[in-house]
Amino acid sequence: MTDLSLPAGKPIKLKLDRDGAIKRLFMVMIGLYLVVALALPLYAMLSKSFVTYGFDLDRYEFQVSDDAGVFGEPVTAAALNEQLGVVGDADLRSSSDGRLSVTVFFSDFSFRSPVKYRIRGTTPDAPYLVGLDLQNSTEWQEYDSNTFRRINLRPVQSVGPQNYIEYFSNPALFSSIENSLFIASVSTVLTVFFAFGFAYAINRSCMPFKGVFKLVAMMPILVPSLLPGIALIYLFGNQGMLKSILMGQSIYGPLGIVIGSVFFTFPHALIIITTALSIADQRQYEAAESLRASRWRTFWTVTIPGARYGLISAAFVTFTLVITDFGLPKVIGGQYNVLAIDIYKQVIGQQNFEMGAVVSVILLIPAVLAFYVDRQVQKKQVSLLSARSVPYQPKPNRRFEALCLAWCGLMTVFIVGIIGVCQYAALIKFWPYDLSLSLNNYAFDKMDGGGWSAYWNSIKLAGLTAVVGTVIVFTGAYMVEKIDGFRTGRSLFQFLAMLPMAVPGMVLGLAYIFFFNNPDNPLNVIYGTMTILVVSTVTHFYTVGHLTALTALKQIDAEFEPVASSLRQPFYRLFTRVTVPVCLPAVLDISIYMFVNAMTTVSAVVFLYSTHTALASVAVLNMDDAGDIAPAAAMGMMIFYTNATARLVHLFASRRILGTTQAWRKR
Amino acid sequence: MTKLKSLYLGVAISAFCTTMALAETELTVYTAVEAEDLARYAETFNQDHPDIKINWVRDSTGVITAKLLAEKNNPQADVVWGLAATSLLVLKTEGMLEPYEPSGLDKLDPKFRDSDTPPSWVGMDAWVASVCYNTVEGDKLGLTAPASWMDLTKPEYAGHVVMPNPASSGTGFLDVSSWLQIFGEEKGWEYMDALHENIAAYTHSGSKPCKMAASGETVIGVSFAFRGAKSKAAGAPLEIVVPTEGIGWDMEASAIMAGTANEEAAKTLLDWSITSKAMEMYNTGYAVVAIPGIAKPVEHFPEGITDAMIDNDFEWAANNRSAILEEWTKRYDTKSEPKG
Repeated sequence: MTDLSLPAGKPIKLKLDRDGAIKRLFMVMIGLYLVVALALPLYAMLSKSFVTYGFDLDRYEFQVSDDAGVFGEPVTAAALNEQLGVVGDADLRSSSDGRLSVTVFFSDFSFRSPVKYRIRGTTPDAPYLVGLDLQNSTEWQEYDSNTFRRINLRPVQSVGPQNYIEYFSNPALFSSIENSLFIASVSTVLTVFFAFGFAYAINRSCMPFKGVFKLVAMMPILVPSLLPGIALIYLFGNQGMLKSILMGQSIYGPLGIVIGSVFFTFPHALIIITTALSIADQRQYEAAESLRASRWRTFWTVTIPGARYGLISAAFVTFTLVITDFGLPKVIGGQYNVLAIDIYKQVIGQQNFEMGAVVSVILLIPAVLAFYVDRQVQKKQVSLLSARSVPYQPKPNRRFEALCLAWCGLMTVFIVGIIGVCQYAALIKFWPYDLSLSLNNYAFDKMDGGGWSAYWNSIKLAGLTAVVGTVIVFTGAYMVEKIDGFRTGRSLFQFLAMLPMAVPGMVLGLAYIFFFNNPDNPLNVIYGTMTILVVSTVTHFYTVGHLTALTALKQIDAEFEPVASSLRQPFYRLFTRVTVPVCLPAVLDISIYMFVNAMTTVSAVVFLYSTHTALASVAVLNMDDAGDIAPAAAMGMMIFYTNATARLVHLFASRRILGTTQAWRKR
Repeated sequence: MTKLKSLYLGVAISAFCTTMALAETELTVYTAVEAEDLARYAETFNQDHPDIKINWVRDSTGVITAKLLAEKNNPQADVVWGLAATSLLVLKTEGMLEPYEPSGLDKLDPKFRDSDTPPSWVGMDAWVASVCYNTVEGDKLGLTAPASWMDLTKPEYAGHVVMPNPASSGTGFLDVSSWLQIFGEEKGWEYMDALHENIAAYTHSGSKPCKMAASGETVIGVSFAFRGAKSKAAGAPLEIVVPTEGIGWDMEASAIMAGTANEEAAKTLLDWSITSKAMEMYNTGYAVVAIPGIAKPVEHFPEGITDAMIDNDFEWAANNRSAILEEWTKRYDTKSEPKG
């Protein structure tokens, strides 16, 4: 009698209390923010990439008169083309700016003949040009033959994969994929190699000046990625100080991009590898020593496997940074086309937004792939440390320390040299013919790019991004971490929060144009304002802030919430009285991260700034673009000093705040 | 209590009246005029029309054109004052310009206005192509200055010529379209094939080649005369060459955007933009302006520019722009290896 079992009861659900409801509301609100600021624009871009333009010959009808002016039967352009076969399918495809002369449909056309022509649209949307005047009407219009030769059909919009087909059949555009992959791979190998040596020296040797080296290694984060490009022009350009070193090689092109990329990705790789190397277990090395393994063997069997996840992660982060970077190839790439430059050229140069969207989608692929692999690796990383691990203690070794010192010294010279050259170039009156010093290059108001107000705008943007971004990111992380149940919602939120990392800045910026510049969009009002810049920057740098906040929140015991609710304290009191003060170091870290990146970012905002919201980082780009390289260097240095000051203030503030709020950590 | 209220009311009314009295029309004006000239232009205009406030939106020609096209269905600009005529022609074919006949139109050189009546746009000044040659670096390499476009294809200049990319620079397109008109289509492409062999780099902006020549980063920069004169004034060892075959040119022009809410003010601005006073103002930087006989020679500008200007067919250039750029990109943009 098996079918006597009880009927399935109602599934047990926890009753939703007020706190839970408010938390859910907050989470949904921030989730909605991410949907509007990220998912919808990306969708708008994807659909834009499928918008195609082509000539629809069925939409036009002609009538031709004889010499006496008596008109014959109307005939469509499609029918004429079928007879003559003059316009193939490939020629019917076009861009939004295409033109097709109507005279091709009349093989015996002569502009001297007395024959008259009539044209009309068979549907309301049948645009054509008479000379430069746009016509769009279903009424017959009559023209003499001399005017008729000035008539061009305009393409109409439709939907299809044609843009992608065109992209892959254009060798010029296609070669950019190869170029992008090439420079990203080479830069990644070099950066990881140099960063590993640096991190190894810092973590595993007893060399002096570690503090100085660490400080210098972080300097590239404080400047826009195109600044090393400018320095390289002064060093190795045709009038460069050290041009002879290159032995006739040109710095413009892959060489310059790779050197510059190593500069600006170095700190990112270093942070990851340092973390990986710092969790080594002393016992493994003791075991290796007692087994009489050589240092070389120990290195390959203990050190490298221990750091492998860090290395892989660093490699992918570097790869993504290089392949999506736009500033450096713009400044020093010469004729070397890469994907990021193609987007800029298609959109700004040719106003071909659809093709820009296609390249963006293609640029998304490697970025998403790298992101995915990185996430997989990160998941495995956690299980390495056990409670019984003994931290590694380096032993003094003269020769090894000398080697480490040389390695780090070399990198320090490279980094300080690049920044020093920029400062020097900014102070020179007229390179290379008048080497006297002057402050002329700081007269930004006389150049393209937005002048000093661009600098103040950048500070405003950075400040707003730091405040607004930190509040949104931290609140979002808190809600998703400290909520009970609501699994699907939480994992969906997690996914949305991780997504920005995989979206290159340029792609985000272009997606924003498509989404926010649509007159039907009620959010259209923020287009061209400071708000859209803040929204795009917060979204662009969301993920790292989110992860930092999560790490800090995970350290707080989950018991706090039940205790607070048993004491009948609402969650927001717990949040403001306990959670935020305890996490204050992380909160400060998020805000400085947002600030520095808002000062240096170019890629997302280059499509979004307007004249009243010009930014310093974009001004560097535009001044270089106009050939004002020295002022560009000067503005880049202003960004550097601002960020360095912000860092110092942050350091000082966190020391003080830590002293007052984190005293409980010490016993 | 009531007294206080009426006092408030009185203050509010008088405040309202003052703002009414000072009320000025604000015009959003899109422009590609050089950044350093903007304040001067607005100031001179306000001497005659203090009641109209100009809010500039400035960017390079390519960016401003892209911005205008992107805002096609939701125009933000009232007036375009100082944008390349080729760009305005593109806007015209999209039906984005409001035709208007400004007073004093008949004084303009017919080249400097839209041929339709009423015209969709009116010209301000011409902006001519020329070649910037760095004499110091040229001497070092034992080169002599080129005299013609053809000279630029000489093997001795290999790797020493920089020109703007026509796909992203208005000046670059001006050069390419003028060569196709001067030499004819077939010969024009042949010329560019030969020139391509000497090109060190195609830049994104039209002023950069001349600035690169000014700083010795290259020897020859194909750019425009205005930029060369400015660099020369700043002390660069430049010679500005006007090639003998003739030079391509474009004009800075103005138009009213269709759908503007401030039509009266926009018309006032357009009227003013072709007055002799405005022309004298343009003349500070540009040697050729729209009303004949007004222009005085500009310092460091090469001579004989007006005669060298070709008979530019703007309609042809605008209607073939897309096809020309496609061909150009196909031929030369694949050049992935840079040359020293």
